[in-house]
Amino acid sequence: MSTPEPSAEDTAFHSPPGGFAPPPQTKSGRTAELWLTLFAIAVVFAALVIVEVAMEQHLTWDLAKYAAAYTVLMVLAHLVIRRFAPYADPIMLPIVALLNGLGLVLIHRLDLADEETQAFLGHPAPSSDANQQIIWTLIGLVCFAVVLYFLRDHRVLSSYSYTLGLAGLVLLIIPALLPARFSQVNGGRNWIRFAGFSIQPGEFAKILIIVFAAAFLVSKKDLFTTAGKHVFGLDVPRARDLAPLLVAVVLAIGIAVLNKDLGFALLIFGTILVMIYIATDRASWLFIGIGLFLLAATAAYFMFDHFQQRVEVWLDPFATYNTSGYQISQALFGFATGGLAGTGLGSGQPNTVPFAKTDFIMATVGEELGLIGMAAVLMLFAILVIRGLRTALAVRDSFGKLLAAGLAFTLAFQLFVVVGGVTKLIPLTGLTTPFMSYGGSSLLANYILLAVLVRVSDEARRPPAPPARRNPTPIGDAPTEMVRRVE
Amino acid sequence: MNTPMRRVAMLVMAMVVVLLAGVTYLQVFKADELRADPRNQRVLVDEYSRQRGQISADGQVLAASVESGDRFKFLRVYPANPHAPTSPEANAPVTGFYSLNYASSGLEKAEDQILSGSDDRLFGNRLFDLVSGRNPRGGNVETTINPVLQQLAYDQLTSQNLTGSVVALDPRTGAILAMVSAPSYDPNLLAGHDGAEVAANWKRLHTDPRSPMLNRAISQTYPPGSTFKVVTSAAALENGATINDPLTAAAGLTLPGTNTVLHNYADERCGPGDTVPMIEAFARSCNAAFAQLGIKYGADALRDTAEDFGIGPDTPSIPLPVADSTVGTIPDAAALGQSSIGQRDVALTPLQNAVIAATVANGGVRMQPYLVEELEGPDLKTLSTTAPTSPGQAIPPDVADELTQMMIASEQGTTGAGSVPGVQIASKTGTAEHGSTPKQTPPHGWYIAFAPAQNPVIAVAVIVEDGGNAGLSATGGKIASPIGRAVIEAAVQGGQ
Repeated sequence: MSTPEPSAEDTAFHSPPGGFAPPPQTKSGRTAELWLTLFAIAVVFAALVIVEVAMEQHLTWDLAKYAAAYTVLMVLAHLVIRRFAPYADPIMLPIVALLNGLGLVLIHRLDLADEETQAFLGHPAPSSDANQQIIWTLIGLVCFAVVLYFLRDHRVLSSYSYTLGLAGLVLLIIPALLPARFSQVNGGRNWIRFAGFSIQPGEFAKILIIVFAAAFLVSKKDLFTTAGKHVFGLDVPRARDLAPLLVAVVLAIGIAVLNKDLGFALLIFGTILVMIYIATDRASWLFIGIGLFLLAATAAYFMFDHFQQRVEVWLDPFATYNTSGYQISQALFGFATGGLAGTGLGSGQPNTVPFAKTDFIMATVGEELGLIGMAAVLMLFAILVIRGLRTALAVRDSFGKLLAAGLAFTLAFQLFVVVGGVTKLIPLTGLTTPFMSYGGSSLLANYILLAVLVRVSDEARRPPAPPARRNPTPIGDAPTEMVRRVE
Repeated sequence: MNTPMRRVAMLVMAMVVVLLAGVTYLQVFKADELRADPRNQRVLVDEYSRQRGQISADGQVLAASVESGDRFKFLRVYPANPHAPTSPEANAPVTGFYSLNYASSGLEKAEDQILSGSDDRLFGNRLFDLVSGRNPRGGNVETTINPVLQQLAYDQLTSQNLTGSVVALDPRTGAILAMVSAPSYDPNLLAGHDGAEVAANWKRLHTDPRSPMLNRAISQTYPPGSTFKVVTSAAALENGATINDPLTAAAGLTLPGTNTVLHNYADERCGPGDTVPMIEAFARSCNAAFAQLGIKYGADALRDTAEDFGIGPDTPSIPLPVADSTVGTIPDAAALGQSSIGQRDVALTPLQNAVIAATVANGGVRMQPYLVEELEGPDLKTLSTTAPTSPGQAIPPDVADELTQMMIASEQGTTGAGSVPGVQIASKTGTAEHGSTPKQTPPHGWYIAFAPAQNPVIAVAVIVEDGGNAGLSATGGKIASPIGRAVIEAAVQGGQ
């Protein structure tokens, strides 16, 4: 797709002054978005009812509470977009609403299983994680609205790029500096915990670093596409042009690896690499990046025990079934039991997988909704990412392009790492499934990410301002304007 | 920038395709292998919702699965039969229990493959159920138990609030006719679907000081006391002794190499003379005489004969696991003297003691005890029938005849209530000391017997722990023999 020509309408045909009719309105897509959102809500309703029936629950006000809260939140999100980003992509919100809703249903389903287990053991019922997730969704959507309200033009972000990048690094460093009791959860030191409240700063740092990378790459674009050497037919870019970005990325990855947050390290690395590739159009970067990755992974394999352990578990999880391989083994049993059509919502045993609500929520999808459900969820993510990349193609400014592409790709890459991990395609690294996993940080960060994408897409799809509003400028005073770049 | 962006979009699509390929491999091609993995508990959970087969005895249902209407679909029940007496408590040592949260025991565990329907022999049935769309069902287990005897023996123990066990065998085949342990428990308490309730019941049963969930018949060993004189006599008779050989009639015997005197019961002399024929010493159950007899023929003879009766390691399952019985270590003559009267380290399960009686009854041919008569498919078609097997001739037929004579004499000299008119019983009682202060601890009372003596159809072993209700003055004759005779009466008159 090419950049729309702002003056295309003017040159299509000549109309007399005053015109025959108003210029054709570009469809905002808001009506489509509303209907799609309502459809997503209907699907989530149906899923919720199936879970309740299959798990022998009575249809209670509790159920109505979940449904009502979810419906109100999603409709409000639609209204926020209608008010503050009226030309935004109409597909993104409905997909996110469906993913988030499905996640809620699965978390509720796992809650019920936990209650049952605890009841069997004669313990009191645990607190409901679905309730908590609803609250996180509310906070996430508040953040979503706040971003859309204050960030009227995404280009503003590029003026604060260094500040934001630095903030991202600081967020990452905090857990490493905190004593373990404030930062450690399940072996990884990537949390900030205080007063019963905990956040994973990496989720937010990811967005900040992508913003920084986009702004930086755009500002240095001309420099490193022209300078550089040719080695073996490859254009090797000059490293010093990219120094600040490389330093930031190496720092971020280094901190993440030290905190045993391998998933995050991989995510940042892949995303930034792809952003550099997009900005420079130099495949050499990809080769260099992948080479470096292989070197670093090999080195890490020999340096870190937990890294070796991950690889061993990946190669044969059943060899260590009773210890480190248990989780992935259970997930694999779940996928196998689900088969093509799944056991049906509420009819499987996904709660036998440790961390089924967070890192392994896709194992629940695989078990209860089967291959068909997995394919559906993967396609939803694929469409969301492709819409993000379309936004990147359509938006006119380079910063917006890189930002949208980076944010969209990071979603895709995270999905790949998570789903690949739980299906034993690649070694497991702890990451959440965006919008579906239980957890406040992940949900909040992803709603902020969505808000930025929506903002960029609003810019991309906004029809040009009517020519009449332009103040005619005498040709002599007009600034030099680049109409089109030949790429 | 747009060209590389389009390539990235292609990369994203490729990533999704790779993920889909991976998931397809896992959920379609690898699925069967993973589903069949024994560690996959999901398959187990699946079995809970399959209709489990029945456990029955002589046409009576001891355990069955009924539709529960909840998400587990079926509830395991152990019914009480109002028409013919059978109660879940009496049958518990046979059926065991089947629970969602506490696994299973008894036949529920031993024959789980058949009952759950996952046995290979039921493959055809599973396939048919799959094709016909019918819910797969498990196979059935028909036991050798005679429910009338089972209930009678249980009632005999519980009506007097006794702790103990009764085992009844068909000496000709080894079929277990009754296997009772008291006190017992109701397996329905553990089969429910209300987890909290089941957990509470489980805790209560496990903390009960009377151990209602212990299967005393096969999982517990006891000193056999004087009932072991059958084995000591067999060892002697096999090695050239006769039933009229003279043995000491003294009230006590100083064990060789010690100052310890081994006393007769109540420290009585064994008859008026200096010596007493073996058959009379057996009938009077004189300890000094049999300690002397055992020492005379040596530890190896006793050990060999005990082994021929089935006392030793690697006891075969029935198919429930059976604790090993043992004669213990016999380091010297003094130990041999004590072991010869079934004390010291000799320890038998009630089942093993029943096997000893049954072997004598069966002309010296020991039959392997078994609990499962027949395995059936869900359609009641026979899958397999247990054929009686024998580990061999434990003692020569003439020795068995001589032992029978001695046991008839013993029965005639035994006190205790109950006799079966017109039926000659051959038996031996035992009063076994145990505990750290044996003289102050009420003894275990034993009674092993078979009947009719000339054409035996039943062999029993009865143990009543800790003197029953008779305290320190308890003897096997007083507390155990009435129960044994009641079981024999029911068996013989019931046309067994």
